[in-house]
Amino acid sequence: MQIIYSDLLCIGSGLAGERVAIEAAQAGFDAVCLSLVPPRRSHSSAAQGGMQAALGNCIKGEGDCPDVHFLDTVKGSDWGCDQEVARMFADNAPVAIRQMAYWGVPWNTVVPGQSCYYKGGEKLEKEEKADCKGLITARDFGGTAKWRACYCSDGTGHAMLYALDNVAVQSGVKVHDRTEAISLIHDNEKCMGAVVRCLKTGELRAYLAKATLIATGGFGRIYRASTNAIINEGGGLVIALDTGVVPLGNMEAVQFHPTGIVPTDILVTEGCRGDGGTLLDVNQERFMHVYEPEKAELASRDVVSRRMTEHIRKDLGVKSPYGDHLWMDIRHLGEKHITTKLREVYEICKNFLGIDPIHELIPVRPTQHYSMGGVRTNKDGAAYGLKGLFSAGEAACWDMHGFNRLGGNSLAETVVAGMIVGEKIVEFLKENETGFDTGVVGSGLKKQQERIEKLISGEGKEEVYAVRDAMQDVLMDYVGIFRNEQDLSLAVDKLKEIHERANNIKLKSNGLGANPEMAMALRLPGMVRLALCVAYGALERKESRGSHAREDYPERNDRDWLVRTLAYWKEGSELPELKYEPATTIVEIPPGDRGYGGGKIISAETKEA
Amino acid sequence: MVRKLIFSIFRYNPADPSSRPQTKKYKLEETENLNLFVALNKIREEQDPSLQFDFCCRAGICGACAMVINGRPGLACHTKAKDLPADISLMPLPGFKLVGDLSVDTGTWFRSMNEKVESWVHTDKKFDPQAEEERMGNDVAEKIYELERCIECGCCVSACATAQMRDDFLGAVALNRIARFIIDPRDKRQEKEYFEVVGTDQGIFGCMGLLGCEDVCPKHLPLQDQLAFVRRRMGIHALKRILPWKN
Ligand SMILES: Cc1cc2nc3c(=O)[nH]c(=O)nc-3n(C[C@H](O)[C@H](O)[C@H](O)COP(=O)(O)OP(=O)(O)OC[C@H]3O[C@@H](n4cnc5c(N)ncnc54)[C@H](O)[C@@H]3O)c2cc1C
Ligand code: SF4
Ligand code: SF4
Ligand code: FES
Repeated sequence: MQIIYSDLLCIGSGLAGERVAIEAAQAGFDAVCLSLVPPRRSHSSAAQGGMQAALGNCIKGEGDCPDVHFLDTVKGSDWGCDQEVARMFADNAPVAIRQMAYWGVPWNTVVPGQSCYYKGGEKLEKEEKADCKGLITARDFGGTAKWRACYCSDGTGHAMLYALDNVAVQSGVKVHDRTEAISLIHDNEKCMGAVVRCLKTGELRAYLAKATLIATGGFGRIYRASTNAIINEGGGLVIALDTGVVPLGNMEAVQFHPTGIVPTDILVTEGCRGDGGTLLDVNQERFMHVYEPEKAELASRDVVSRRMTEHIRKDLGVKSPYGDHLWMDIRHLGEKHITTKLREVYEICKNFLGIDPIHELIPVRPTQHYSMGGVRTNKDGAAYGLKGLFSAGEAACWDMHGFNRLGGNSLAETVVAGMIVGEKIVEFLKENETGFDTGVVGSGLKKQQERIEKLISGEGKEEVYAVRDAMQDVLMDYVGIFRNEQDLSLAVDKLKEIHERANNIKLKSNGLGANPEMAMALRLPGMVRLALCVAYGALERKESRGSHAREDYPERNDRDWLVRTLAYWKEGSELPELKYEPATTIVEIPPGDRGYGGGKIISAETKEA
Repeated sequence: MVRKLIFSIFRYNPADPSSRPQTKKYKLEETENLNLFVALNKIREEQDPSLQFDFCCRAGICGACAMVINGRPGLACHTKAKDLPADISLMPLPGFKLVGDLSVDTGTWFRSMNEKVESWVHTDKKFDPQAEEERMGNDVAEKIYELERCIECGCCVSACATAQMRDDFLGAVALNRIARFIIDPRDKRQEKEYFEVVGTDQGIFGCMGLLGCEDVCPKHLPLQDQLAFVRRRMGIHALKRILPWKN
């Protein structure tokens, strides 16, 4: 059995994982990153639209500053975020983006002079200032007071990830790609590393480290329709949850993106609406401005998704063999704009739908998109419950997004958190030594080895893909955008049953080597546990906040629910144990109205003494 | 009429002592908007759960799913069944180490390529967190981005005769990367330093200019232009070394 030692083990080589690893490597520590795929294929590369940072260089961003960014973020979160973290985030985003520029990201910059832009289908003029020439520019994204989403054409995440991986190579960060962490090695007090399965050979290894970081991204693939890459199955969250001592925060906070294309669920960027794309219904009429007079198509994405679903429920959607959808119209933006600024969108429509968006409408519907929940950490990125365990990026619940993340804020989170948590980990590595208990390591490995053997030659009856499909269907049907007691109870019951089935799988193939059926069979029980955290958390949260919309509790209830859900899983149980903590300890901005989304609020003031 | 597709897929699992390289056939009925991502997953989930292949973004942006499709390297996720005949042959990408079936190890190859060409901005400047970003013309940024669009899929490498003949040939992808840094004002490397990396037979002078690479690049990168650009720059530099008075 191979054992690999390092100072820092980063589980995940997307933007968050690599940013942290670089911080450690540049401080002289030995950093190893794991990834299911070569690092540059991590899902971060798929982010098209932009990264938020309050630079205020472009004319429509004039007057922007971290305070305004902070306010937008808190409002966006529907006051579910930790305000201290949101503040650190907004203050540091300008530094992080400039560092990315220094590392080679070719950000689009301000071009002085007149140019036109579209808002809600209307053509408007703006004039960029001469003294800002060459500084990083920004585009408009939903839910923000200023234009703040800095971008590289429509490959922002790609350009950022390539730049960071370049620096990782330069800094000597080791990347072991095609590896999958399948459990954490710990003694209930401290984390010592992970048991890892090699996806090239199927063998198990132990990675031991002084500090371990979980940066495995989102878990969208527990849903059937998700914009996430197919590798986003939540492995990092599962191994944290399975320790029994590390909680996952706000798992019920799941964001849907308004514009996944039908049928493949590939996302077309918010930039489309930001640049003036409109949403049309079956009669090819706009409708968003009716629901949201002020922001129309540009309201925050939980609001747009919900309004779209509402509109489809009024039978104003377009029927198709893949279910009802709406249209997105970008035709008026013109060929030049579409084939340059929105080229990825153009290519997606052509290549995956056979549609030409210069002349045709794009079929879209709300699709699972982002996981606000994740491994609960403190503001330094240290996970609750285990010393030496950290988390950053989409996998973490740090928690700057609360119940709804703003577009462009998650790319920003990966590099800002990467910078801050990276520094904290460096401090931790300087101050701490550790010992590895060989007994704990050995039993951790043995447990996983036994799971593998059982899948090949055990008594199991279930077929892995059938069980996965069952889980995805339950989430789609009962734990979607609009939620209610009846659906959620049903979902929880069904998922409990599916969890049992997931623990009773037997492979149809021989399971040798990099066998994909084995990989899925090892993952699935954990994915169902995540699904249960989402469904059960949603059932118990009796209010509506951000992306969590309860039909039976339509108001946001600051009196009883200004809290974060913490889900723990004790080995052998069939449901998570839920605890709660205050959403924020520091309150810069007391809960108020978001200014969009409608919705009633039960104010905290009404609390009895 | 619904077409019956016949997939001939290369199968070999190096970890299984009883496995021998072979081609296996699978039948699938064509459905609306079927692409190879959907088709291969159907085959795995319904017919043969041991079948290995790589997809990640399934949206043509991550470069994971390159394979040889009816003799031509391309991205499986953005290949539509309706653009192919009913007989579809799928082979792993040559030039990379086989993991199993259609899956190859591109990660190791590209990491080593990135190390060889020192694919990062070389600068003496230190990052100053207080300072405004260095200004850059939007046109320069867009030009760099054009070349940055490479997704390291490996199609160009597998289509290149030179790369197939010699293991150490850097390939069009590396030369494109070098071009990206040559035009980036933040990179302070001099011609001489680039020359050390690519002014050899492993680099630009190994390229026979047959342009298999550009034909297959799914991102339509202007590889021909970049090869000519780097060749010209390196040619001039080589000339200067031979004829010092030309300096
Ligand atoms: C289509 C799309 C478009 C988006 N556009 C934007 C945008 O315009 N702006 C914005 O701000 N945000 C956007 N986002 C969100 C943003 O891209 C992600 O939140 C962010 O990139 C996540 O980065 P990360 O580093 O946390 O995780 P990822 O980039 O997902 O990386 C996760 C890493 O973990 C590895 N991994 C996972 N599980 C394991 C395991 N068990 N063992 C070992 N390794 C593992 C993976 O291989 C990968 O390397 C978008 C998201 C999607 C889905
Ligand atoms: S032009 Fe050069 S790099 Fe491209 S395929 Fe031919 S030999 Fe290879
Ligand atoms: S240059 Fe084109 S073909 Fe070659 S790796 Fe990059 S994207 Fe793929
Ligand atoms: S799966 Fe990412 S390019 Fe095909």
